[in-house]
Amino acid sequence: MDSIIDGFLKAFSLIFTLDRELIAIITLSLQVSGMAIVIAALIGIPAGAVTGLMKFPGRGFLITLSNTFMGLPPVAVGLFLYLILSRSGPLGFMALLYTPSAMIIAQTILALPIVSSLCHSSIVSVPPIIGQAASTLGATPYQRAVAIVKEARHGIFAGIIAGLGRVMAEVGAILIVGGNIAGYTRVMTTTIALETDKGNFELALALGIILVIISLIINMVLYIFQKKGAQTKA
Amino acid sequence: MSLELVVSDIFRNYDGRPVLEGCSASFRESGTYVVMGQNGSGKSTFLRICAMIEEPDRGEVTFFSGSSPLKKDIRLKRRITLLLPKVGIFNSTVVGNVAYGLRVRGLPGRECDRKADKALDFVGLLHKRNQKALTLSSGETQRLGIARALVIDPEIFFLDEPTASIDRENTEIVEDILLRMKKDRRSIVIMTTHDIAQAERLADRMLVMRDGKLSEKTF
Repeated sequence: MDSIIDGFLKAFSLIFTLDRELIAIITLSLQVSGMAIVIAALIGIPAGAVTGLMKFPGRGFLITLSNTFMGLPPVAVGLFLYLILSRSGPLGFMALLYTPSAMIIAQTILALPIVSSLCHSSIVSVPPIIGQAASTLGATPYQRAVAIVKEARHGIFAGIIAGLGRVMAEVGAILIVGGNIAGYTRVMTTTIALETDKGNFELALALGIILVIISLIINMVLYIFQKKGAQTKA
Repeated sequence: MSLELVVSDIFRNYDGRPVLEGCSASFRESGTYVVMGQNGSGKSTFLRICAMIEEPDRGEVTFFSGSSPLKKDIRLKRRITLLLPKVGIFNSTVVGNVAYGLRVRGLPGRECDRKADKALDFVGLLHKRNQKALTLSSGETQRLGIARALVIDPEIFFLDEPTASIDRENTEIVEDILLRMKKDRRSIVIMTTHDIAQAERLADRMLVMRDGKLSEKTF
């Protein structure tokens, strides 16, 4: 019990003294996950909008695929990406393995189905009357689509936040493709795993506390967007 | 040249059930045309087809400017509008909703605001311009729908049962708005209702939808 209390005290000391190693790990985590969610949003929102607004052959298959990939096991993503990025893999010549770029790719793959699926479901749940109203007021098909996407904005933001929540807490994929190299590819979750193995609980606990706080903030923001989305439909 | 509408022999079926069967009518002069008929008689379908929201199975809906028929493109669609029974309010402010039709036409922001305020004043909602539109009552929502349509100055304005879901007080307000529009006599207003007394109060011409066809009702 004393060791747990001692661990927490040392962890808070690391947080309040803004320990350089701790800050560097948090910064890299935010950079990797932030970049991954931006890329996932840039691809996922248009993809979700296309499946939500347009009818075309294979649409149902794409929606099912996207929904299925929402639950992709991170270690499986890490393994496949490792095989692709490794020296003998098809993209080995790019020398991305064990770099932050590989970690961004892995997290983007994990976040993309969440963003696109939630974007799709937000768009299809916009009442059809909104599109009809836009048309009757002189909107072009593109302006009509924009009006519908705008109505779905709270659900879309909720999808982005949910995707961010997933990648921030993810460890399996980035551990495999990032390699957990100190000062280069070591992020919060991989550090927690490593330091726990080493019995160095102070840093692991400090990062754990920060991760829980970040997760709490993400979920609070998610709640706000979901609440706003619910008001929209009321 | 003002816009005229000629509907020739249109047919429309839903799941094999005929709704419109050789329906014809012409709307050439400005004024208020009221289409009456029982629920399910095809009044709304007729309006949606006229407003180019829906296609007929057969028959023609033709708009004329002078003697020449007009191409059914976005330019023509922007000269008319339809107020649906459920208005379809955007999740923004009251003024943002009213300005939508102007913004999609590329009008500058200040011009949009000025015109939107004028339309809101006409329907008695100017004091609520910055309120969230979704918080309006059903009667106010209907008036917002009218303002949103009027602001784009339509040459033909279709209204589908504009007072069907609102209380008596708001019905009177909406009727007053429609009567003031009628005084202007600048455009063709085509509305549906199942309320005979209302039709008599508002109509310059009354039409009756029966068995999928329109016929003139004389006073």
